[in-house]
Amino acid sequence: MLPGAALLLIFLTYPLGLGTYLGFTDAKVGRAGQWVGLENFEYLWGDAVTRLALFNTLFYTLVASVFKFALGLWLALLLNKHIPFKAAIRAVVLLPFIVPTALSAIAFWWIYDSQFSIISWALTKLGLIHGYIDFLGQPWAARFSTIAANIWRGVPFVAITLLAGLQTISPSYYEAASLDGASPWQQFRHVTFPLLTPIIAVVMTFSVLMTFTDFQLIYVLTRGGPLNSTHLMATLSFQRAISGGSLGEGAAIATAMVPFLITVILLSYFGLQRRAWQQGAADK
Amino acid sequence: MSDIKRRDFLKATAGVAAGTALGGGTALFAPAAEAQLKITPEKGAKLRVLRWKRFVQGDEDTWAANTKKFTQVTGVDVRIDAEGWEDVRPKAAVAANVGSGPDIIISTMEDAHQYPDKLVDVSDVANYLGNKYGGWYQAAKDYGMHDNKWVAIMMGAAGATLVGRESMIKGAGFDQFPRDMGGFLKLCQALKAKGTPPGFALGNATGDSNWTFWLLWAHGGKMVDAKNNVVINSPETVAALEYAKQLYDTFIPGTLSWLDPNNNKAFLDGQIALTNNGISVYYAAKTSTDPKLLELEKDIQHYPFPLGLDGKSRELNLVFPMMIFKYSKFPNAAKAYLAFMMEREQYVPWQEASIGYVCHPLAAYESSAFWTADPKKTPYRDCMKNMTNNGYAGTLGYASAAAQADFIIPNMVAEAASGSKTPKEAAERAQKRAERYYKL
Repeated sequence: MLPGAALLLIFLTYPLGLGTYLGFTDAKVGRAGQWVGLENFEYLWGDAVTRLALFNTLFYTLVASVFKFALGLWLALLLNKHIPFKAAIRAVVLLPFIVPTALSAIAFWWIYDSQFSIISWALTKLGLIHGYIDFLGQPWAARFSTIAANIWRGVPFVAITLLAGLQTISPSYYEAASLDGASPWQQFRHVTFPLLTPIIAVVMTFSVLMTFTDFQLIYVLTRGGPLNSTHLMATLSFQRAISGGSLGEGAAIATAMVPFLITVILLSYFGLQRRAWQQGAADK
Repeated sequence: MSDIKRRDFLKATAGVAAGTALGGGTALFAPAAEAQLKITPEKGAKLRVLRWKRFVQGDEDTWAANTKKFTQVTGVDVRIDAEGWEDVRPKAAVAANVGSGPDIIISTMEDAHQYPDKLVDVSDVANYLGNKYGGWYQAAKDYGMHDNKWVAIMMGAAGATLVGRESMIKGAGFDQFPRDMGGFLKLCQALKAKGTPPGFALGNATGDSNWTFWLLWAHGGKMVDAKNNVVINSPETVAALEYAKQLYDTFIPGTLSWLDPNNNKAFLDGQIALTNNGISVYYAAKTSTDPKLLELEKDIQHYPFPLGLDGKSRELNLVFPMMIFKYSKFPNAAKAYLAFMMEREQYVPWQEASIGYVCHPLAAYESSAFWTADPKKTPYRDCMKNMTNNGYAGTLGYASAAAQADFIIPNMVAEAASGSKTPKEAAERAQKRAERYYKL
């Protein structure tokens, strides 16, 4: 008990506590800060770039998570069927998740390059477009491009975890359902989905948390540009705190992420895991 | 001189091993009569140096060879770690904060002004080098001195000039490269009309977005006045942004997303006729084995940035301060190392091996033959002499570092150039953002 508590204290509580504390000071790199109360947060609330980063983060998380869930579930259902080379295919599916993010981000950086993009090149050769697509140069295009890269990376995690969940569902439910004349959709809606919700809650909580705090992908692809349109809270926090030396302000941005993260955790906890039947009671 | 072996050094300093007397030290590697720096490395000293990873191979090799020479002469072991240049700054910041790390960090920009009280006073080394080598350029003093004492020795600056394709510029009707802002815009418009556009980074590119400072300063705009009051929202800034808009219209598409490597790639692929860069593009072409690039190399030419409206040149380059941290157990060995590396015998061969990637901070080195032996290198010779520091017209410190790291000026130019904001709006926004940092 004691070593565990010590570990938690040193590696979790202390950094978290220090980070939160810094957010309430005007600490700079190389200089301890003075307690300034909520001043950092007041300033950040009025700062157009921070507001934009907050919007970007919420948008990025929402769109990416919805797609990751839909595609991940779809992929899991496909992989759950009897297909040849099942094990090999399942392993291959995990690849995007295994490749270090920085590496896959560089691959995407080439794919999205304004002069050397393979997509633009292929489409030009096919005669479908005439100029190269400016994937990362226009604010909305850049947002969707980074989201696409994030989805590509995140789907395997969702898919494989959901697949594990699917395999815990006993085939006898499906037999019973088909005897009752349930259509495939009804089987999914009334057997698969309800039994999968605890796993969905866990995997989507993790997925949302990881997306919300994403850093590497943005840092490699755009550094938050163009015109700060892809800056996320995490990248802005780093830019202000480390590159810019305003430790207090950067820490405040990071701290400002915490309420959002807690909300997500609570939502998934109460929204998805607390069905009465999951607690052994009758469904209402 | 360089063949003095460790044993000789020990013999020479044996009598003063107690360290109270002033012995050996740098006098050993600077036999000239004017050498007066006497620093004895601590006994058993070992140094760890963190520097940015080379952009040109010759830099790394010769820096390592010079370091080896230092070890032979003094017996001081030196370990060099190299990191991507943008990662050095955060590491230096952490080292300053926690009070442990490499003895010497070769970082970027005004780091020494962010934690001057964590750094060893190197005034003796700086004064010695300045006296011996024709004095430090103004920019070296700006970045190296805090409150009248030296807290960093400047390694130099990765100078940036305009890198162009001579044939394309001639093809656009310009036998002479324009030196004025009006002529420069006309050249870019002509290049675009010929289908050989220019391209300058407008994304959050830490190094290559520095051209936006030149653009602002050339029109008389500036971030702050001499008292550090933010004055960027000015008619001069708006004029600069109007100019940027016209200039941007001539760029190759996609520059809003450009980070540091993009312009190099586009230039080496022959897609753009003009950009701003260090000498690394030329180096890449020159050392390539690809016949296409070797052909391109002949066509590469370097040009100084056009002069500002007041006829003065003001450019921003990436400077490299070498800092010794107070937590170091071997400050004297560290000082001796920095002095040794900056001596002509080491510095000039190193500079030459890196084909002038780093421009010297000491005036005497401008006479080095290699700057003129290849006329294509000559424009890089004066980069540090002509440069203005990024705190202009105020002082360097937290505020200037934060304002630059937050890309306030590049963002402002990008916003106005792309038309996402009017020049007036972009200047107002920059003013607001900068005021935050300068209110301290």
